[in-house]
Amino acid sequence: MHRIGLAARSTTLMGAATGAEEILVHGVVAVCDPMGSLYLPETGLLVVSDLHLEKGAAFARRGMMLPPYDTIATLNILSAVITRYDPKVVVSLGDNFHDRKGSEHLPADLRALISAMACGRDWIWINGNHDPDGTVDLPGACTDELFYGGLVFRHEPSLISGKGEIAGHLHPAATVRRREKSVRRPCFASDGNRLLMPAFGVLAGGLDLRHSAMRGLFDHERLVAHLLGRDRIYSVRYGSLIG
Amino acid sequence: MILPRRQAPFFFAGFRLSLRPVDIVETQSSGRDAALLPRPFLKWFVEKGWQPRAHQLELLSRATAGENMLLIAPTGAGKTLAGFLPSLTDLTRRGKIPAGSAFVGIHTLYISPLKALTVDIERNLMKPVTEMGLAVTIENRTGDTPQAKRQRQKLSPPDILLTTPEQVALLLANKEAERFFRDLKYVVLDELHSLVTSKRGHLLSLGLARIRRYAPQVQTIGLSATVADPMDLQRWLVPQGEHPASPAGLVHVTGGAAPNITIMKTEDRIPWSGHVSTYAMPEVYEEIKRHRTTLIFVNTRFQAELLFQTLWTINDDNLPIALHHGSLDAGQRRKVEAAMAANRLRAVVATSTLDMGIDWGDVDLVVHVGAPKGASRLAQRIGRSNHRMDEPSKAILVPANRFEVMECQAALDANYLGAQDTPPVGEGALDVLAQHVLGMACADPFDPVELYDEITSAFPYANLSWEMFERIVDFVATGGYALRSYERYAKIRRMKDGRWRVSNPQVAQQYRLNLGTIVEATELNVRLVKRNAKGTIGRGGMSLGKVEEYFLEQLVQGDTFLFAGKVLRFEGIRENECLVSNAFSLDPKIPAYAGGKFPLTTYLADQVRSMLADPDHWSVLPDQVRDWLNIQRERSMLPARNELLIETFPRGKRFFMIAYCFEGRLAHQTLGMLLTRRLDRLGAHPLGFVATDYSLAVWGLSDMGAMIGSGRLNLSDLFDEDMLGDDLEAWLDESYMLKRTFRNCAVISGLIERRHPGKEKTGRQVTVSTDLIYDVLRTHEPDHVLLEATRRDAASGLLDIGRLGDMLKRIKGHITHRDLDRVSPLAVPIMLEIGKEPVPGEAHDAVLAEAAEELIAEAMG
Repeated sequence: MHRIGLAARSTTLMGAATGAEEILVHGVVAVCDPMGSLYLPETGLLVVSDLHLEKGAAFARRGMMLPPYDTIATLNILSAVITRYDPKVVVSLGDNFHDRKGSEHLPADLRALISAMACGRDWIWINGNHDPDGTVDLPGACTDELFYGGLVFRHEPSLISGKGEIAGHLHPAATVRRREKSVRRPCFASDGNRLLMPAFGVLAGGLDLRHSAMRGLFDHERLVAHLLGRDRIYSVRYGSLIG
Repeated sequence: MILPRRQAPFFFAGFRLSLRPVDIVETQSSGRDAALLPRPFLKWFVEKGWQPRAHQLELLSRATAGENMLLIAPTGAGKTLAGFLPSLTDLTRRGKIPAGSAFVGIHTLYISPLKALTVDIERNLMKPVTEMGLAVTIENRTGDTPQAKRQRQKLSPPDILLTTPEQVALLLANKEAERFFRDLKYVVLDELHSLVTSKRGHLLSLGLARIRRYAPQVQTIGLSATVADPMDLQRWLVPQGEHPASPAGLVHVTGGAAPNITIMKTEDRIPWSGHVSTYAMPEVYEEIKRHRTTLIFVNTRFQAELLFQTLWTINDDNLPIALHHGSLDAGQRRKVEAAMAANRLRAVVATSTLDMGIDWGDVDLVVHVGAPKGASRLAQRIGRSNHRMDEPSKAILVPANRFEVMECQAALDANYLGAQDTPPVGEGALDVLAQHVLGMACADPFDPVELYDEITSAFPYANLSWEMFERIVDFVATGGYALRSYERYAKIRRMKDGRWRVSNPQVAQQYRLNLGTIVEATELNVRLVKRNAKGTIGRGGMSLGKVEEYFLEQLVQGDTFLFAGKVLRFEGIRENECLVSNAFSLDPKIPAYAGGKFPLTTYLADQVRSMLADPDHWSVLPDQVRDWLNIQRERSMLPARNELLIETFPRGKRFFMIAYCFEGRLAHQTLGMLLTRRLDRLGAHPLGFVATDYSLAVWGLSDMGAMIGSGRLNLSDLFDEDMLGDDLEAWLDESYMLKRTFRNCAVISGLIERRHPGKEKTGRQVTVSTDLIYDVLRTHEPDHVLLEATRRDAASGLLDIGRLGDMLKRIKGHITHRDLDRVSPLAVPIMLEIGKEPVPGEAHDAVLAEAAEELIAEAMG
């Protein structure tokens, strides 16, 4: 079984909407991009979730010396989608950094890269469970929730009502099988009411959409997984997935 | 080695020499035995009516004189006693240590690859020691030994410690290691032939190098089955380096009765292809009935499952026939082993889990199903029957297809001729080295030059360069990245005097938890649950064993598969368990376990090639096989021993190209990947390929035969060695196999922590996908030392690149092409494999697209 991580995403295909898929979430038009970002054209807002920046460094602090290149790799892809959509607002949907120390210890060159991307637009850091204290010395505002353009943005999906909710946290991924071959990819998951974002960070990994942690979040009859392909989105109905 | 019912201690089984009268031994104790053996030994031998064997005495006398020794002997030759005699006699002469004496470290270290073997040896060694009244303490130490006992062993060590390579590494990574090992006189290494070729052997060789530093007087005694190149082992046992010690002395016990091996004759048609030999099960069943206890060896778990099931469908006499393979629940395996030792079973279907060590009651027949894939492997498995060296073992080979008939014949010839094809020891792995370097820092601060000299004194690391050693130290300290961002998190640090120490005690703790070189594939426990009429699934139920996660990921609810001798219905995965119910069906969707298929050894491959080329040899083959080869000779040709035959022919709407390389499935798979790349570039439009142990088939949309004929496709260019350059690099980067290898290297080298079963739930266990790490690392630092370690592993392991390279050299200028108008007889076996195995390829997005099309069709329809 092949698991292609987000690191394998093609960053060469520029230009809006290449292979992207337009859907409706709570009546709002949303464009699912194969690089893993969501763009809301009506408000000019770009959403990414679970960047898990400095995950390598977070592990190194605990004695596991993962490659120190994950942050730059993730930021390069982020930079590509920002160039592609030129959004007015960027929302990073929580778990922006892998641990509380991440943003404080961020190397200066990477800090400068984020500042350059944020230049000329609004930037909002939603706090996640990995980084509940917000960011240090970075442009933009930190908040637990954001209500904007008829939608609500928060890190963890709420259990009560998912109406118009854009959330992350769970890193949804889905598996399809055809002719004895199965493929697993990160995905957007939406039943038209709520939308779960795929994890954007290159070391973030995924959790199967059929996992018990996802239980109760969606109307399975209407749930569609929008899988990230190399250069386009593949939309597959929940019932056609395996897992 | 244990023959409980016969009451004979394992090491004397089969003793046949004439006895000398008791009084002669008593009065004339001036002979060679008496000089070597202390009085209690002589007395005990006489009481038992036994006599030491010549090789046991030779080993004793040479070891006592100070030589390192290697004993190569067949099973049943009394190897284990031979190994222990030097230390037992030495300990007897030393006598009991008076109470209140200063601390004395262990005297003898016995290392075996199997935990179970250390327990057996303890039991079997205690018996004579007690009977002789020797003041010798013997204990074992494994992962199962309680913490309190381990602690006590450090404070008050036994004379003889029986343990495993992992425990040796643990003991060495300890501040008290020097005290514990400094008095050591002997290290006895059991099953050395199987240890040295693995990463465990690499780790052990490094441990041994460290032990020599603490105990320069130590002598090694290696015990081994017959191997191709004893000199490798003789060197392995002694320090290498600038002034290598003289190789260990060799005592080689040959002989024993020649085994009685036959190839199963069948009335039925011998299948063209496949691996399962179900056709021959009625005959195998008849043989089981004719013998006391039959051991049926197969090559894969899948074969074991299928044959076990087939045997039971024809088991009209309800004979007790059991199943034994590595994925079964440990409790179930122990039950089978106990029943076997008590001679309550008539047959056991088993995989290589039974290859080593543990012995079996009264086995009087070994049936080997499928080709043995290696002459040495066959010899070792046959050794399982009749553990009395002077009686002939009896074995029957059951080839699964026509090529295997030839392979079995070749293996059979080899066993008679005594040919050996065990793998060479090979270069020491770099991930193991990284683990060892950290362990040494945990023991005591190390001086890099001293440690380098010590490491290169270990045989597998004798050629390690100083530069590579430094890179490994750097890797252990901070990950070894060009971007030096982890200095402040370093695990080991350089002190002012130049020595390296661990940064904090947690590092040592982390090392201990992650030590070892065996990385299990992620496995899920399989639990049998009940399904009620409504289809809801109950909880609880019996645990059946473990299955690899990658296999389960491909199943959907309702799929059926064979496991633990039952046809099971997959119900789903709940937490860390795979739930299954009884399928009540006889026709499972069969699991295609990728693991466990041994590739054909080079030696046997060569024998099969020469058999093909030599019709005089065919008289020993069954008529069906002979006819098959004769027709092949008429329709196409049979290649000479060093020739590569390429056939091309059309079939259906496709064009096929078959290469008869005989280099084993792994090398063929690699070749297939590389050839299809090249063919694609040359415009041959290849669509896929399939590889067997014997040949490779590539098919495509263009007529490759015509292309070769017109010169548009040049075979010597196509099969040129240069494919191992850029094409290989390009493919490797995307290869799933490389990712799997990387995962093992990442765990063994200590880059990431092991997954400890049960700890996932506490949340203390952090996991990160090594596939993702691999992608990031390959993009940003392709020359990183861990990627280098991965490539080296892959080259010798899953990809078998070394062997492919040798073949490309061999066939240079010896390629013969036959353009045929239809499939040839020799091509039939591989043509039948097409479609059975999933075609390896990279068309993953195509799979996604297909799934997405269905949604569109559903929406539009």
